[in-house]
Amino acid sequence: MVSQAHGLLWLLPALPLLGAVVNLFWGRRLGRYAGWLASATVIVAFGVALALMSQLLAKPAEDRLFVQHLFSWIEVGRFQVGADLRLDDLSMTMVLVVTGVGALIHVYAIGYMANDPRYGRFFAYMNLFVFFMLMLVLGGNYLVLYLGWEGVGLCSYLLIGFWFDVPENAEAAKKAFITTRIGDTLMLVGLALIVFRFGTLDFDAVFGTAGSVLTKDAATVIALLLFAGAIGKSAQVPLHVWLPDAMAGPTPVSALIHAATMVTAGVYLVVRSHVLFELSGVALTVVLVVGLITAIYAATCAIAQQDIKRVLAYSTISQLGFMFMAAGMRAYAVAIFFLVAHAFYKALLFLGAGSVIHGMHDDQDLRDMGGLRHAMPITFATFAIAALAQAGVPPLAGYFAKDAVLEVAQHTGRDAVYVLGSLAAFLSAFYLGRMLFLTFFGRARSDAARDAHESPPVMWVPLAILGFGVATAGWLNTTPEGRLAEFLREVTGLGPGGNGLGVLELSGIAVGLSLAALAVTWWIYGSGRVDPFAFRERLEPFPRAALHGWYVDRAYDTVLIQPAKAAAWITAYVVDARIIDGFVNAIGFSVRRLADRGRVVQTGFVRSYALVLFLGAVLILLYVGVRL
Amino acid sequence: MPLDNVVFWVFAPISVASAIGMLLVRNAVHAALFLIVNFFCLAVFFLLLDAPFLFAVQIIVYAGAIMVLFLFVLMLLGVDSNVPIRERLLVQRPIAFILGAGFVVELFLAIRAGVGFATKAPDAFTANEGGNTQAVAKVLFGQYFFPFEVTSILLLVAAIAAMVLAHRRTRAVTQAEIDAAEDDHQEPAPAYDAEAAS
Amino acid sequence: MRTPVAYYLMLSGILFMLGTVGVLTRKNALLIFMSVELQLNAVNLSLVAFSRLHNDLTGQVLAFFSMVVAAAEVVVGLAIIVAIYRRRRSVDVDDVRELRW
Repeated sequence: MVSQAHGLLWLLPALPLLGAVVNLFWGRRLGRYAGWLASATVIVAFGVALALMSQLLAKPAEDRLFVQHLFSWIEVGRFQVGADLRLDDLSMTMVLVVTGVGALIHVYAIGYMANDPRYGRFFAYMNLFVFFMLMLVLGGNYLVLYLGWEGVGLCSYLLIGFWFDVPENAEAAKKAFITTRIGDTLMLVGLALIVFRFGTLDFDAVFGTAGSVLTKDAATVIALLLFAGAIGKSAQVPLHVWLPDAMAGPTPVSALIHAATMVTAGVYLVVRSHVLFELSGVALTVVLVVGLITAIYAATCAIAQQDIKRVLAYSTISQLGFMFMAAGMRAYAVAIFFLVAHAFYKALLFLGAGSVIHGMHDDQDLRDMGGLRHAMPITFATFAIAALAQAGVPPLAGYFAKDAVLEVAQHTGRDAVYVLGSLAAFLSAFYLGRMLFLTFFGRARSDAARDAHESPPVMWVPLAILGFGVATAGWLNTTPEGRLAEFLREVTGLGPGGNGLGVLELSGIAVGLSLAALAVTWWIYGSGRVDPFAFRERLEPFPRAALHGWYVDRAYDTVLIQPAKAAAWITAYVVDARIIDGFVNAIGFSVRRLADRGRVVQTGFVRSYALVLFLGAVLILLYVGVRL
Repeated sequence: MPLDNVVFWVFAPISVASAIGMLLVRNAVHAALFLIVNFFCLAVFFLLLDAPFLFAVQIIVYAGAIMVLFLFVLMLLGVDSNVPIRERLLVQRPIAFILGAGFVVELFLAIRAGVGFATKAPDAFTANEGGNTQAVAKVLFGQYFFPFEVTSILLLVAAIAAMVLAHRRTRAVTQAEIDAAEDDHQEPAPAYDAEAAS
Repeated sequence: MRTPVAYYLMLSGILFMLGTVGVLTRKNALLIFMSVELQLNAVNLSLVAFSRLHNDLTGQVLAFFSMVVAAAEVVVGLAIIVAIYRRRRSVDVDDVRELRW
């Protein structure tokens, strides 16, 4: 590919950065305008992205690459890293998703956070997040990517713990940061290995020469280390535990960061580095297996959650698993398409949930809801569209995305993956149906539900826009070799081919499963003929286990956290306080005792001093005499 | 028997005996007197050693000035009798004696190894040319002129120091005050204020 | 001179030793001081004896200076003893033991 220098790429991340800085310092004085300013920066960035997109499309496929070298960042001997921005098809897609969905969420947040005392700071953090995310996807080398990677982790921490006066929120923020840190550190080791092997971190340099520089094993190690970072950031098993707790943050945060953008950074990383993964082979299989396990595990947990946001959290984990499955089968374009579709409908689901919570006066428990479709019609409509999309009902976007993943699995002969993936899809539809029917159908089960009201326009207009996007996004990639795949081909290569069941059969099976799930959940939760709570009681202890994520958190606590805390306690109170301090004190004490014994020599009697003097003189004379 | 031998062997025991006496007597004034005897013996030795100038200076300065000063202070302070108090440092005496004996032995060995017990001084003491005093003067004001001047300053400083150290703030008791006190049948204020002495 | 010089030196040594024992043994400050004077005189004797042996007046001049300095020293020392006596009404050196543990 021939790259061209472009002078305005920096504008994309600069706009939200400017917004962040302004809101950080003058946010309080701006008052209401802080939110509009922050939204404006992202909207303008989206506009710039569209302009760049048109410029990109004007070029032939082989030339679609703009780079901008901002400045030389590191220069140590022959190792050089520049602050390079890179806009190719893949990053263009990501930029549009981030700025587009991000802009809508910012506008929504103006209404959602309207009464918060730290309004300005919220939008500063949100803009800062968008800045870092854009740096992540626009990076031209691994170091700029890592900068963005760490930056979004920081903003995630700040935003999850935004209401830090509640201790649980601060705990959740810490948990998120520390858990992703594990992945980040492994990823950093991977980066170091890349430097060690290649002497550079630049994408073109690394991917161009990887075939000749790396052995299969080296590629495996590096790829797995990079994937470890993705596991952390994208909340895959076993580093998934932070995402359900991260729901403690405000709902716009959950929508933006933990549904649409930050958690998808892992998928972006894998797709971007696919050259390394393909060299390894083993790494791709690992990605596939992890994605599959995560998809099923998280879906089983999502079925049993009582908090509307936690259902969505586990759902996100599960859907990310699907994306990694696609990547693991070399269908990178499918993975990216899934990412785009997921960004739309998951953001919409979260914003809709936020609207519900707002209407329920901050009650998030599904058991308290019911019959809200009459009180909140717009919210209901958009939420339903998103839920049906994720469940895979055609012609909504999710149908095409999920269908593509399963089709690839079947066509490449991975029947086990196909069956298990279909099972996960069934469970997805199940928990979505449960959530939809428990919330909006039936009779209201609490006063909050009875008094619910629709949200203000500043909140439902973004919902409507997203709903429209969800409905139509399927057009982007109707088949695994659709328009988006075509667009991305330069970066991702061709998808895997293969043969198997025809399109109609596959679609029939998939849609059939989704509709079956929806029908069952309608019967249990929406029709009123079955008591869902008694039904749940009879299934115990499984619902409770699923509710607690099959006790993974408890296992981590017992095996890792408690021993670490115990070790810390021992170090602090035994080693430091008793042993080290004791040692130091003992030195002081023994010096004191020695001095106590020693000072007795100072009797004060002049005569004894004179005696000692004379004794010394006699001894010296003796010595001199003997010598002579 | 040569005269100087006789004189030596007469006065040597006397000097040692007086020194021992000084050590043993309880009364401080007696000790001072013994010391004076010792000084006189030493003066004789100086004479024997052809140092008549020092003989004279020894008697005038040491026996005549320094010991008199000692006796003045003894009388002034009234600490003549040595009241026997319980000795606190029990090891002091024995070790002192042992060390002293050891020291003498060392000295004996040193002298034997160095000068030798047989060496006699040459008969002619040519350094005393033109009389001992004149010769000493020549050396003193010639080669050792600078130390001479320094010691004169030293004496001045010592005198000032003594005056400062011994100074006490006393009111001069006037005759008028004494008369006034007697008229009131009171004791006159003491010239020496024990409490204020510092 | 018929007596060997060594006899004078031995005598000087014995007197010095007696002076030292007096310094170490006595409790009365004035008596200690007197013993110091005895020591100084013993050394003077030794100096003069060597002067006679080596035919050099340096020894006598040194003895002279020693006497001068001893005089100055006695003056200052007695002044100090008088000052101490005024404070404490005692010239026992064992009573002056503030510089102790």
